[in-house]
Amino acid sequence: MYRTLTASALFALAAPLSALADTSTDIQALRQELSDLRQDYDARIRTLEQRLLAAQSTAALPTPPPTPPPSPPLAPPSATATATAAPAASGQSGANAFNPAVSLILSGLYTRTSQDPAKYAIKGFLLPTQGEVGPGPRGLSLTESELSLSASIDPWWRGATTIAMHGDNSVSVEEAFVQTTSLGNGLMVKAGRYFSGVGYLNAQHAHAWDFVDNPLAYQALLGTQLADDGVQIKWLAPTDLFIELGAELGRGRSYPGSDSARNGAGMVALTAHAGGDLGISHSWRAGVSLLNAKASELLLQGLASNGATVDSAFTGSTRVAVVDAVWKWAPQGNATRTNFKLQGEYLRSTRTGMLAFDPAGINSLASHRSVSSGWYVQGIYQFMPRWRVGLRTEGLDAHRVNDGANADLFSVSASRPRKNSLMLDFNASEFSRIRLQIAQDRSRPGAADQQLFLQYQMSLGAHGAHGY
Amino acid sequence: MKTRQLLTLLVLPTLLWAAPAQAALRVLACEPEWAALALELGGKLVDVSVATSALQDPHQIQAKPSLIAKARNADLVVCTGAELEIGWLPILLQQSGNPRIQAGQPGNFAAADVVRKLDVPSQLDRAQGDVHAAGNPHIQTDPRNIALVAAALSLRLQQVDAAHASDYQKRLAEFNQRWQQAMARWTEQAAPLKGLSVVSQHKAFVYLYDWLGLKEVAVLEPKPGVEPTASHLQAVLASLKATPARMVLYAAYQDPRPADWLNKQAGIATVKLPFTVGGSDAAKDLIGLFDDTLARLLAARGKP
Repeated sequence: MYRTLTASALFALAAPLSALADTSTDIQALRQELSDLRQDYDARIRTLEQRLLAAQSTAALPTPPPTPPPSPPLAPPSATATATAAPAASGQSGANAFNPAVSLILSGLYTRTSQDPAKYAIKGFLLPTQGEVGPGPRGLSLTESELSLSASIDPWWRGATTIAMHGDNSVSVEEAFVQTTSLGNGLMVKAGRYFSGVGYLNAQHAHAWDFVDNPLAYQALLGTQLADDGVQIKWLAPTDLFIELGAELGRGRSYPGSDSARNGAGMVALTAHAGGDLGISHSWRAGVSLLNAKASELLLQGLASNGATVDSAFTGSTRVAVVDAVWKWAPQGNATRTNFKLQGEYLRSTRTGMLAFDPAGINSLASHRSVSSGWYVQGIYQFMPRWRVGLRTEGLDAHRVNDGANADLFSVSASRPRKNSLMLDFNASEFSRIRLQIAQDRSRPGAADQQLFLQYQMSLGAHGAHGY
Repeated sequence: MKTRQLLTLLVLPTLLWAAPAQAALRVLACEPEWAALALELGGKLVDVSVATSALQDPHQIQAKPSLIAKARNADLVVCTGAELEIGWLPILLQQSGNPRIQAGQPGNFAAADVVRKLDVPSQLDRAQGDVHAAGNPHIQTDPRNIALVAAALSLRLQQVDAAHASDYQKRLAEFNQRWQQAMARWTEQAAPLKGLSVVSQHKAFVYLYDWLGLKEVAVLEPKPGVEPTASHLQAVLASLKATPARMVLYAAYQDPRPADWLNKQAGIATVKLPFTVGGSDAAKDLIGLFDDTLARLLAARGKP
């Protein structure tokens, strides 16, 4: 095999050589080509020299207008200079010139907990079996590595994707969407998989969070982060006050919904946000969101009356309302040295339908209705360049749970889960962060879980731009 | 009930939208110097708002809601470019829902595109700090650059607001005349500064040095965008013994402490430069910006 390859390669190399030696007319033709090339290059160098001279003279003498600005695609072809510049530019075009912006987030974590994270549960709550709920594995671990690609597609669309590579060697598509760029009148349409615009934290990637983990309310009521496949329409009002309205229709694949064979939408969300400035040093944003998701045999995990963890399957619909507010302060609006951010959200979830207790076992089906809520308030203070300290306090409340005939099977607990977290992070540059976080988590029955996290988050590649 | 609330939410903004139709061209400037220039070139024809102030670090601005709302309504954004606003302008453009100001459209103007850039890195590596691939973006510290940008910006105004093209041309001619006179005056005033050795806090003044013939012998930031460290300041102090400098320069938005420290240790004058329009009381407009910059440099030179 190897020999035939070598032979064919030699033949391929030899063939043009023999052809070259064939006739003198061929040599003549080659000479002609070479001299053509030389003339072509001479001409190009001459035009380049002329352009250089022109550029130098305009830089020295500012009075005459310089070469007109690069003419945009939709502009009338007014500039003659742009036209002459085109052939020179085409010489340096490469297949890679249109590569999308690439960035990679690398992140790792050390976790120390006083309670076994594998037995994590929140009393009074049924949690999604899939999703990142709880403190995660103990010890040193690699957390999500996020690979992001984004670029304009054409004058009308932009595309972006974030692929998450997980520590357990699995890969997931976190986001992959296309977005309009030219609808105008403040309208924007997004299609694909994206983080829903509900609340404040939901649309933020994990590396933009101010704590190692998302608040309990997000974990219990939204499955940490709501990312659905669907279509989102946003409209920005033409006012000085920021007013943004959004509507989303989704497949309903992610918690609190679940995948099913339906043709229609399994998830509907409506969002409204407003924001603005108060003087030069303060800015704010606040909003309300409503979400309705359908679930069909969605597997949930909870505590049975005997204290064991048990699965149950929910079929029905879940409605979640979110109220969010964030306020930021920086002296004179200059956040470089010191700044402060206060944010809080309140989530309320109503679940109505049928619940099958232990579907793999006794499979006891009964009606289910529950109302639960959660909230968090957090403050982040950058007290000197590079250093930030943050405090978060949060709680959950299972107000009313009606499990009908299954009521006796679940553990009923009157107390309300609470958690407090304190974090300190050091940002050597805007691309790297090392964070220490301690937390006291009183969300499971019995003793509080004392948690300690040490985390690094670094980004490399294209300079990311973060939202508010 | 809920649908009625939703309707109110939808209808209210629409009513506000329909209210006053603005005649003036809405310009959103990323930095105060371009807001001042747009006002010089547009006068009453433009309605200028500015995203940042002279007391803010233009590298580190947040895409806050008020800026998104301004971008939504702008006919033209005038920014520095050369990646100065890379951390926030892309978000403003993406979330604005405004096709007029997207990159490549007539409504998107980048000043750095029309000047010769200095400090263009030969090698791109973040180990070198916050380097900008296109070169140093702080082009507004050289009045010759302002003149180049003025010509290009006026052309752009004429293109975007074609109905008033002749007015913009007239205003440009007037501005050019005033600017040439001022530049002649500044060149004369600045003669004693030529060849002086200086220290900068951030590599923010390369264009100023290029114009005035100042020599930068040290920078207080160990790498661009990295806060000065104690060990690096010591190294700068040691290097100044071999190559002495007359003054240390910093911009109005920067922390004065590193420069003050050097002032105490090495006994060289500190100069707080306005850096852009609004950076000092005297820097009310573009001419005031350069008048004040020169006055401060000359005053520091006069000190023993």
